[in-house]
Amino acid sequence: MTIHANARPRKILAVSSGGGHWVQLRRVVPAFTGHRVVYVTIDPTYRKDVPDEKVYIVNDATRWDRWGSLRLAFSILRILIRERPDAIVSTGAAPGCFAILFGRFLRARTVWIDSIANVESMSLSGMMVRRHADLWLTQWAHLARPEGPEHAGRVF
Amino acid sequence: MIFVTVGAQMPFDRLIEWVDAWAVAGDRSDVMAQIGPSTFQPKRVRVLPFMDPPTFRRTMMESSCVVAHAGMGTILSALELGKPILVVPRLGALSETRNDHQVATARRFRAEGLVLSAETREAFIAGMAELEAQPPDGPRIPARASDALLDRLRRFVVGEPWPPERESR
Repeated sequence: MTIHANARPRKILAVSSGGGHWVQLRRVVPAFTGHRVVYVTIDPTYRKDVPDEKVYIVNDATRWDRWGSLRLAFSILRILIRERPDAIVSTGAAPGCFAILFGRFLRARTVWIDSIANVESMSLSGMMVRRHADLWLTQWAHLARPEGPEHAGRVF
Repeated sequence: MIFVTVGAQMPFDRLIEWVDAWAVAGDRSDVMAQIGPSTFQPKRVRVLPFMDPPTFRRTMMESSCVVAHAGMGTILSALELGKPILVVPRLGALSETRNDHQVATARRFRAEGLVLSAETREAFIAGMAELEAQPPDGPRIPARASDALLDRLRRFVVGEPWPPERESR
Protein backbone atom coordinates (compact mmCIF):
# COMPACT_ATOMS: atom_id res chain seq x y z
CA MET A 1 0.00 0.00 0.00
CA THR A 2 1.25 3.44 -0.87
CA ILE A 3 1.13 6.13 1.76
CA HIS A 4 0.39 9.42 0.05
CA ALA A 5 1.72 12.66 1.47
CA ASN A 6 -1.69 14.17 0.83
CA ALA A 7 -3.50 11.60 2.95
CA ARG A 8 -3.62 13.75 6.10
CA PRO A 9 -7.20 14.25 7.34
CA ARG A 10 -8.82 17.44 6.09
CA LYS A 11 -11.60 19.51 7.56
CA ILE A 12 -14.52 19.68 5.17
CA LEU A 13 -17.38 22.11 5.56
CA ALA A 14 -20.51 20.51 4.07
CA VAL A 15 -23.13 23.17 3.40
CA SER A 16 -26.75 23.03 2.24
CA SER A 17 -30.18 24.50 2.64
CA GLY A 18 -33.17 22.25 3.32
CA GLY A 19 -35.20 19.44 1.77
CA GLY A 20 -33.58 17.86 -1.27
CA HIS A 21 -30.39 19.92 -0.89
CA TRP A 22 -29.78 18.33 2.53
CA VAL A 23 -30.68 14.83 1.34
CA GLN A 24 -28.20 15.17 -1.55
CA LEU A 25 -25.49 16.56 0.74
CA ARG A 26 -25.73 13.51 2.99
CA ARG A 27 -25.38 11.25 -0.02
CA VAL A 28 -22.01 12.75 -1.04
CA VAL A 29 -20.47 12.83 2.46
CA PRO A 30 -19.38 9.15 2.26
CA ALA A 31 -16.65 10.49 -0.08
CA PHE A 32 -15.01 12.09 2.97
CA THR A 33 -14.49 9.04 5.15
CA GLY A 34 -11.29 9.57 7.10
CA HIS A 35 -11.70 13.35 7.12
CA ARG A 36 -13.52 15.60 9.57
CA VAL A 37 -16.89 16.84 8.29
CA VAL A 38 -18.63 19.89 9.81
CA TYR A 39 -22.15 20.63 8.61
CA VAL A 40 -23.94 23.90 7.93
CA THR A 41 -27.68 23.75 7.23
CA ILE A 42 -30.95 25.52 7.98
CA ASP A 43 -33.18 23.21 10.03
CA PRO A 44 -32.26 22.16 13.60
CA THR A 45 -34.25 18.92 13.24
CA TYR A 46 -31.65 17.76 10.68
CA ARG A 47 -29.26 17.25 13.61
CA LYS A 48 -31.08 13.97 14.15
CA ASP A 49 -29.70 12.74 10.82
CA VAL A 50 -26.08 13.28 11.95
CA PRO A 51 -26.27 12.98 15.74
CA ASP A 52 -22.52 12.64 16.30
CA GLU A 53 -21.40 15.49 14.06
CA LYS A 54 -20.94 19.21 14.54
CA VAL A 55 -23.80 21.10 12.89
CA TYR A 56 -24.21 24.85 12.50
CA ILE A 57 -27.72 26.17 11.85
CA VAL A 58 -28.12 29.32 9.73
CA ASN A 59 -31.13 31.06 8.23
CA ASP A 60 -32.08 30.34 4.64
CA ALA A 61 -32.61 33.25 2.26
CA THR A 62 -33.81 33.94 -1.24
CA ARG A 63 -32.16 36.50 -3.48
CA TRP A 64 -35.13 38.82 -2.98
CA ASP A 65 -34.71 38.84 0.78
CA ARG A 66 -31.95 41.40 1.30
CA TRP A 67 -31.99 41.44 5.07
CA GLY A 68 -32.07 37.65 5.27
CA SER A 69 -29.25 37.41 2.75
CA LEU A 70 -27.12 39.83 4.74
CA ARG A 71 -27.74 37.92 7.97
CA LEU A 72 -26.90 34.64 6.22
CA ALA A 73 -23.71 36.10 4.72
CA PHE A 74 -22.49 37.18 8.15
CA SER A 75 -23.31 33.81 9.71
CA ILE A 76 -21.41 31.97 6.99
CA LEU A 77 -18.43 34.29 7.28
CA ARG A 78 -18.29 33.77 11.04
CA ILE A 79 -18.41 29.98 10.65
CA LEU A 80 -15.66 30.04 8.00
CA ILE A 81 -13.35 32.15 10.14
CA ARG A 82 -13.96 29.93 13.13
CA GLU A 83 -13.65 26.57 11.38
CA ARG A 84 -11.01 27.35 8.73
CA PRO A 85 -12.02 24.38 6.55
CA ASP A 86 -9.61 22.87 4.02
CA ALA A 87 -12.49 22.27 1.63
CA ILE A 88 -16.08 23.43 1.19
CA VAL A 89 -18.68 21.25 -0.49
CA SER A 90 -22.21 22.39 -1.23
CA THR A 91 -25.30 20.99 -2.91
CA GLY A 92 -26.99 24.43 -2.80
CA ALA A 93 -28.56 26.74 -2.41
CA ALA A 94 -28.05 30.16 -0.72
CA PRO A 95 -25.89 29.07 2.27
CA GLY A 96 -23.54 27.12 0.00
CA CYS A 97 -23.40 29.98 -2.45
CA PHE A 98 -22.06 32.35 0.24
CA ALA A 99 -19.74 29.68 1.63
CA ILE A 100 -18.08 29.25 -1.76
CA LEU A 101 -17.91 32.98 -2.51
CA PHE A 102 -16.14 33.62 0.82
CA GLY A 103 -14.28 30.33 0.99
CA ARG A 104 -11.84 31.21 -1.76
CA PHE A 105 -10.43 34.03 0.37
CA LEU A 106 -9.56 31.44 3.01
CA ARG A 107 -7.92 29.36 0.30
CA ALA A 108 -10.31 26.49 0.85
CA ARG A 109 -10.86 24.14 -2.07
CA THR A 110 -14.48 24.60 -3.10
CA VAL A 111 -16.98 22.29 -4.78
CA TRP A 112 -20.44 23.18 -6.06
CA ILE A 113 -22.69 20.23 -6.86
CA ASP A 114 -25.79 21.59 -8.57
CA SER A 115 -28.96 19.90 -7.34
CA ILE A 116 -30.20 17.00 -9.45
CA ALA A 117 -33.52 18.88 -9.58
CA ASN A 118 -31.94 21.26 -12.09
CA VAL A 119 -32.60 19.22 -15.17
CA GLU A 120 -32.86 21.95 -17.81
CA SER A 121 -30.17 24.41 -16.73
CA MET A 122 -27.84 25.21 -13.86
CA SER A 123 -29.58 26.83 -10.86
CA LEU A 124 -29.36 30.58 -10.28
CA SER A 125 -27.15 30.06 -7.23
CA GLY A 126 -25.07 27.64 -9.29
CA MET A 127 -24.52 30.32 -11.91
CA MET A 128 -23.47 32.77 -9.19
CA VAL A 129 -20.59 30.55 -8.03
CA ARG A 130 -19.50 29.64 -11.54
CA ARG A 131 -16.31 31.71 -11.48
CA HIS A 132 -15.59 30.95 -7.83
CA ALA A 133 -15.98 27.21 -7.30
CA ASP A 134 -12.79 25.20 -7.97
CA LEU A 135 -14.95 22.27 -9.01
CA TRP A 136 -18.29 23.14 -10.62
CA LEU A 137 -20.51 20.12 -11.18
CA THR A 138 -23.84 19.31 -12.80
CA GLN A 139 -25.51 15.98 -12.21
CA TRP A 140 -26.84 15.79 -15.76
CA ALA A 141 -24.56 14.74 -18.61
CA HIS A 142 -26.57 16.78 -21.13
CA LEU A 143 -25.80 20.01 -19.23
CA ALA A 144 -22.02 19.46 -19.16
CA ARG A 145 -19.86 21.73 -21.35
CA PRO A 146 -16.10 21.77 -22.05
CA GLU A 147 -15.86 25.15 -20.28
CA GLY A 148 -17.99 23.83 -17.41
CA PRO A 149 -20.01 22.63 -15.66
CA GLU A 150 -18.37 19.24 -15.42
CA HIS A 151 -20.43 16.07 -15.10
CA ALA A 152 -18.92 13.46 -12.77
CA GLY A 153 -21.84 11.22 -11.81
CA ARG A 154 -24.82 11.92 -9.62
CA VAL A 155 -26.08 11.53 -6.07
CA PHE A 156 -27.57 8.08 -6.68
CA MET B 1 -51.09 3.13 4.53
CA ILE B 2 -50.58 5.64 1.72
CA PHE B 3 -48.16 8.40 2.71
CA VAL B 4 -48.65 11.80 1.09
CA THR B 5 -45.95 14.45 1.51
CA VAL B 6 -45.39 17.93 0.08
CA GLY B 7 -42.25 19.02 1.95
CA ALA B 8 -41.93 21.75 4.57
CA GLN B 9 -41.44 24.88 2.51
CA MET B 10 -44.81 25.64 0.92
CA PRO B 11 -48.33 24.21 0.91
CA PHE B 12 -49.51 22.20 -2.08
CA ASP B 13 -53.25 22.16 -1.53
CA ARG B 14 -54.07 21.21 -5.13
CA LEU B 15 -52.47 17.82 -4.55
CA ILE B 16 -54.05 17.36 -1.11
CA GLU B 17 -57.45 18.14 -2.60
CA TRP B 18 -56.92 15.57 -5.40
CA VAL B 19 -55.88 12.95 -2.86
CA ASP B 20 -58.79 13.74 -0.56
CA ALA B 21 -61.35 13.53 -3.37
CA TRP B 22 -59.80 10.21 -4.41
CA ALA B 23 -60.03 8.93 -0.82
CA VAL B 24 -63.67 10.03 -0.51
CA ALA B 25 -64.63 8.44 -3.84
CA GLY B 26 -62.94 5.16 -2.92
CA ASP B 27 -64.08 5.27 0.74
CA ARG B 28 -60.47 5.05 1.90
CA SER B 29 -59.35 5.72 5.44
CA ASP B 30 -55.71 4.68 5.12
CA VAL B 31 -54.26 7.93 3.78
CA MET B 32 -51.92 10.11 5.82
CA ALA B 33 -50.66 13.47 4.57
CA GLN B 34 -47.89 15.85 5.61
CA ILE B 35 -49.20 19.11 4.17
CA GLY B 36 -46.68 21.81 5.16
CA PRO B 37 -47.75 25.32 6.22
CA SER B 38 -51.36 24.92 5.08
CA THR B 39 -54.78 25.39 6.64
CA PHE B 40 -56.48 23.03 4.20
CA GLN B 41 -58.95 20.73 5.97
CA PRO B 42 -59.58 17.50 4.06
CA LYS B 43 -62.73 15.43 4.47
CA ARG B 44 -61.06 12.06 4.62
CA VAL B 45 -57.29 12.29 4.74
CA ARG B 46 -55.49 12.58 8.10
CA VAL B 47 -53.05 15.51 8.04
CA LEU B 48 -50.16 17.00 9.94
CA PRO B 49 -48.05 20.00 8.94
CA PHE B 50 -44.44 18.90 9.50
CA MET B 51 -42.26 15.91 10.41
CA ASP B 52 -38.67 15.72 11.60
CA PRO B 53 -36.38 13.52 9.45
CA PRO B 54 -36.58 10.34 11.58
CA THR B 55 -40.39 10.52 11.74
CA PHE B 56 -40.57 11.17 8.01
CA ARG B 57 -38.38 8.17 7.31
CA ARG B 58 -40.27 5.88 9.68
CA THR B 59 -43.63 6.90 8.23
CA MET B 60 -42.42 6.31 4.70
CA MET B 61 -40.95 2.95 5.70
CA GLU B 62 -44.30 1.86 7.16
CA SER B 63 -46.25 2.99 4.10
CA SER B 64 -47.18 0.81 1.13
CA CYS B 65 -46.66 3.66 -1.35
CA VAL B 66 -45.95 7.38 -1.55
CA VAL B 67 -47.75 10.30 -3.22
CA ALA B 68 -45.76 13.53 -3.30
CA HIS B 69 -44.71 16.79 -4.94
CA ALA B 70 -41.73 16.27 -7.26
CA GLY B 71 -39.20 17.33 -4.61
CA MET B 72 -35.80 15.66 -4.76
CA GLY B 73 -35.62 14.93 -1.03
CA THR B 74 -38.85 12.98 -1.18
CA ILE B 75 -38.02 11.16 -4.42
CA LEU B 76 -34.56 10.11 -3.19
CA SER B 77 -35.98 8.94 0.16
CA ALA B 78 -38.61 6.81 -1.59
CA LEU B 79 -35.99 5.24 -3.92
CA GLU B 80 -33.75 4.58 -0.90
CA LEU B 81 -36.56 2.75 0.89
CA GLY B 82 -37.77 0.95 -2.24
CA LYS B 83 -41.24 2.53 -2.05
CA PRO B 84 -43.32 3.07 -5.20
CA ILE B 85 -43.94 6.79 -5.64
CA LEU B 86 -46.37 8.91 -7.67
CA VAL B 87 -45.25 12.52 -8.03
CA VAL B 88 -47.30 15.55 -9.04
CA PRO B 89 -45.06 18.49 -10.03
CA ARG B 90 -45.73 21.91 -8.52
CA LEU B 91 -46.47 24.59 -11.11
CA GLY B 92 -44.88 28.03 -11.17
CA ALA B 93 -47.97 29.52 -12.84
CA LEU B 94 -50.10 28.57 -9.81
CA SER B 95 -47.43 29.94 -7.42
CA GLU B 96 -46.93 26.45 -6.01
CA THR B 97 -43.19 27.06 -6.32
CA ARG B 98 -41.13 29.72 -8.05
CA ASN B 99 -40.86 28.04 -11.47
CA ASP B 100 -41.63 24.82 -13.32
CA HIS B 101 -38.45 22.95 -12.40
CA GLN B 102 -40.51 20.17 -10.78
CA VAL B 103 -42.18 19.45 -14.13
CA ALA B 104 -38.80 18.80 -15.74
CA THR B 105 -37.67 16.70 -12.76
CA ALA B 106 -40.85 14.59 -12.82
CA ARG B 107 -40.57 13.95 -16.57
CA ARG B 108 -36.89 12.94 -16.38
CA PHE B 109 -37.35 10.59 -13.46
CA ARG B 110 -40.44 9.12 -15.07
CA ALA B 111 -38.52 8.55 -18.33
CA GLU B 112 -35.92 6.61 -16.34
CA GLY B 113 -38.68 4.45 -14.87
CA LEU B 114 -37.91 5.61 -11.33
CA VAL B 115 -41.24 7.29 -10.50
CA LEU B 116 -44.83 7.50 -11.68
CA SER B 117 -46.01 11.02 -12.38
CA ALA B 118 -49.22 12.89 -13.08
CA GLU B 119 -49.81 16.45 -14.22
CA THR B 120 -53.63 16.41 -14.42
CA ARG B 121 -56.39 15.15 -12.14
CA GLU B 122 -57.30 12.45 -14.67
CA ALA B 123 -53.72 11.23 -14.90
CA PHE B 124 -53.54 11.32 -11.10
CA ILE B 125 -56.56 9.02 -10.71
CA ALA B 126 -55.11 6.58 -13.24
CA GLY B 127 -51.71 6.92 -11.56
CA MET B 128 -53.16 5.95 -8.16
CA ALA B 129 -54.39 2.64 -9.57
CA GLU B 130 -50.99 2.00 -11.12
CA LEU B 131 -49.24 2.98 -7.88
CA GLU B 132 -51.30 0.64 -5.74
CA ALA B 133 -50.62 -2.24 -8.13
CA GLN B 134 -46.90 -2.01 -7.38
CA PRO B 135 -45.25 -4.10 -4.64
CA PRO B 136 -44.72 -2.06 -1.42
CA ASP B 137 -41.09 -3.11 -1.14
CA GLY B 138 -39.26 -2.82 -4.43
CA PRO B 139 -35.54 -2.56 -5.22
CA ARG B 140 -33.67 0.02 -3.13
CA ILE B 141 -30.91 2.37 -4.22
CA PRO B 142 -27.84 2.68 -1.95
CA ALA B 143 -27.81 5.61 0.51
CA ARG B 144 -24.87 7.26 -1.17
CA ALA B 145 -23.90 8.96 -4.40
CA SER B 146 -22.64 7.09 -7.47
CA ASP B 147 -19.09 5.70 -7.21
CA ALA B 148 -18.00 8.08 -9.97
CA LEU B 149 -19.09 11.16 -8.02
CA LEU B 150 -17.69 9.88 -4.72
CA ASP B 151 -14.34 9.14 -6.36
CA ARG B 152 -14.19 12.57 -7.99
CA LEU B 153 -14.89 14.28 -4.66
CA ARG B 154 -12.55 12.06 -2.65
CA ARG B 155 -9.65 12.92 -4.94
CA PHE B 156 -10.56 16.57 -5.22
CA VAL B 157 -10.56 17.40 -1.51
CA VAL B 158 -7.02 16.09 -1.04
CA GLY B 159 -5.75 17.77 -4.19
CA GLU B 160 -5.06 14.70 -6.28
CA PRO B 161 -4.82 15.33 -10.02
CA TRP B 162 -7.80 14.64 -12.29
CA PRO B 163 -8.09 12.59 -14.34
CA PRO B 164 -6.16 10.21 -12.05
CA GLU B 165 -2.66 9.41 -13.22
CA ARG B 166 -1.99 5.83 -14.18
CA GLU B 167 0.08 4.10 -11.53
CA SER B 168 3.44 3.15 -13.01
CA ARG B 169 5.73 0.60 -11.50
